[in-house]
Amino acid sequence: MSEPLLELRGIERHYGHDETLVRALDGVDLRVEPGEFLAIMGPSGSGKSTAMNIIGCLDRPTAGNYLFNGVEVATLNRDQRALLRRHYLGFVFQGYNLLPRTTALENVELPLIYKGMRKAERVARARQALARVGLEGREDHTPSQLSGGQQQRVAIARALAGEPMVMLADEPTGNLDTKRSVEIMNLMQDLNRESGLTIVMVTHEEDMAAYASRLVVFTDGRVVRDEKMHEGAL
Amino acid sequence: MLWETIRLALTAIIRNALRSFLTVLGVVIGVAAVIAMVTVGQGSSEQVSANVESLGTNVLVLRSGARMMGPGSRDTAPSFKLSDAEALEDLSSLSAVAPVVSTSATAVFGNNNRTTSITGTTSPYLEIGGWTIALGRSFTPAEDRSGANLCIIGETVRTTLFGATDPTGEKIRIKSISCEVIGVLKSKGAGSFGQDQDDLVLMPVRTVQRRLMGSQDVSSISLQVARTASVERATSDIEALMRERRRIAIGEDDDFSVFDMAELSSMLNSVNSVLTGLLSSVAAVSLLVGGIGIMNIMLVSVTERTREIGIRLSVGAQAHQVLMQFLVEAVVLSVLGGIIGILFGLGLAYVAAQIMAIPFSPSLNVIALAFGFSAVVGMVFGYFPARRAARLDPIDALHYQ
Ligand SMILES: Nc1ncnc2c1ncn2[C@@H]1O[C@H](COP(=O)(O)OP(=O)(O)OP(=O)(O)O)[C@@H](O)[C@H]1O
Ligand SMILES: [Mg+2]
Repeated sequence: MSEPLLELRGIERHYGHDETLVRALDGVDLRVEPGEFLAIMGPSGSGKSTAMNIIGCLDRPTAGNYLFNGVEVATLNRDQRALLRRHYLGFVFQGYNLLPRTTALENVELPLIYKGMRKAERVARARQALARVGLEGREDHTPSQLSGGQQQRVAIARALAGEPMVMLADEPTGNLDTKRSVEIMNLMQDLNRESGLTIVMVTHEEDMAAYASRLVVFTDGRVVRDEKMHEGAL
Repeated sequence: MLWETIRLALTAIIRNALRSFLTVLGVVIGVAAVIAMVTVGQGSSEQVSANVESLGTNVLVLRSGARMMGPGSRDTAPSFKLSDAEALEDLSSLSAVAPVVSTSATAVFGNNNRTTSITGTTSPYLEIGGWTIALGRSFTPAEDRSGANLCIIGETVRTTLFGATDPTGEKIRIKSISCEVIGVLKSKGAGSFGQDQDDLVLMPVRTVQRRLMGSQDVSSISLQVARTASVERATSDIEALMRERRRIAIGEDDDFSVFDMAELSSMLNSVNSVLTGLLSSVAAVSLLVGGIGIMNIMLVSVTERTREIGIRLSVGAQAHQVLMQFLVEAVVLSVLGGIIGILFGLGLAYVAAQIMAIPFSPSLNVIALAFGFSAVVGMVFGYFPARRAARLDPIDALHYQ
């Protein structure tokens, strides 16, 4: 067994206190090795997004340890966590989170700006990423000029443009039709197989989970199932 | 990275055009109002000082009636006569004495007429009042004492009655008298209260007394203190002489008063500083309103900005990078608004100064103050919400309502 890239040990995330206390995560243990393609499933409210946010260093756990590539994230300060997101992580949000009144191209460029990339290279890379998700010709459209599915693909392009080590995708195909979903899954599978991109993806659809190499199921803030899969196993 | 930050800020300004415009507008209103008001206030105060100086220095005015008494008390005090003015001429502490009888009447020439103020006086009046002759001549000493039908007219009367032609030698009609124009006064422009000082006709005092007033009374006596004497000396000389002539017993109060024009000037100045204060407070309110405008716009957009900050943080921006962008944005908007506000305010003040015929005197201090205030408001309200947001965990910034 190789060293885990992501390791969650007894992760808890509580919201509120006393009577209103919600244990969104209630002791999650998870090890993800480099090059794995993980699918997370589970009922609504089971803590999938909460776990993704912690893995993506967007949120901090109430208790437990999260190690990224062997480094205890709790020991990193705010700026170091920002650098970790900048250089190693690509996040696709459940609600897209694109900048309003900003073109698709500029949205995809955003992480590249903070990587210190020059304008010309940024534009080239952002165009390429948009083309990969089937949005060529839409570069100059702002989110309000795009459909939900198109916005979702801009969000995917933004996560991919920076060529991260880990891609964290919270329901990346939730708003796409089957044909588009399959295209995106094929793209993610290619990246996973050819570039060794580690992927953690939340999905509600078994068809999509089938593209992954491992399935983790959440219920009530805990991992209740965790198994390796072969293609077409589900 | 700095250039990149500036570019990010400029992009954000253009992207949020309406918000940027409103912010700039807030700064412009505040800065322009303060600069316009204070500049006009200062101009008018300079105008007052200039006018007071043009009244002549060391000028005293003698009036009947005690200064401190209420209305009606004046009636009981006897009026001055020409003999009082003649007696004052003998005082060595005075260099010029001019009796004054004022009334108003309509001056007519051909089809033109103008209702103007008529001043019956003698030639020293010109020296005391700081008047110079632009055209023609003044009264001769003989004419001063005569009741001749002569007049010297102010610039306004001249333009209304004669237009551009030379009025000297022409005859104008005032009530029943037809009097010859012998001179034109050089224009003095608007007075301290914006009144037209050139709207007057001077006539020999006896002419006005006999032909227009039908009385021997003199309304007031204008006096100039001699260079060799002090205002205090002259005042006490006048008081002593008048008490004697009016037979006022020792211990009784004066039934006349001597006004010092320097005193009047300080009074005018205080009126003026009240006015300037008023303008300044109106300006301060505008500045505040502008500031509140900026604040509102910034606060209303906090939700959106917090989300934007969340997005930037989530793709790897560090807090200080985001803050730098917001700071640059606030600085650019404030400076832009400040510059437009200064130009606009100065323009407004210039136009107002032209219309009110007062000097245009912008003050660097006020410009700096107005600009500084708006810039600080813009920066504080652009920067602090951003700072708070940038310190949140990205997910909290993203979920901010
Ligand atoms: N900011 C918050 N404050 C309070 N409770 C929260 C907050 N965020 C999440 N929760 C609660 O935590 C639990 C897990 O939420 P989470 O978003 O992780 O669910 P999920 O598995 O992603 O659901 P879905 O499939 O609907 O996206 C839910 O009960 C939710 O109400
Ligand atoms: Mg979710």
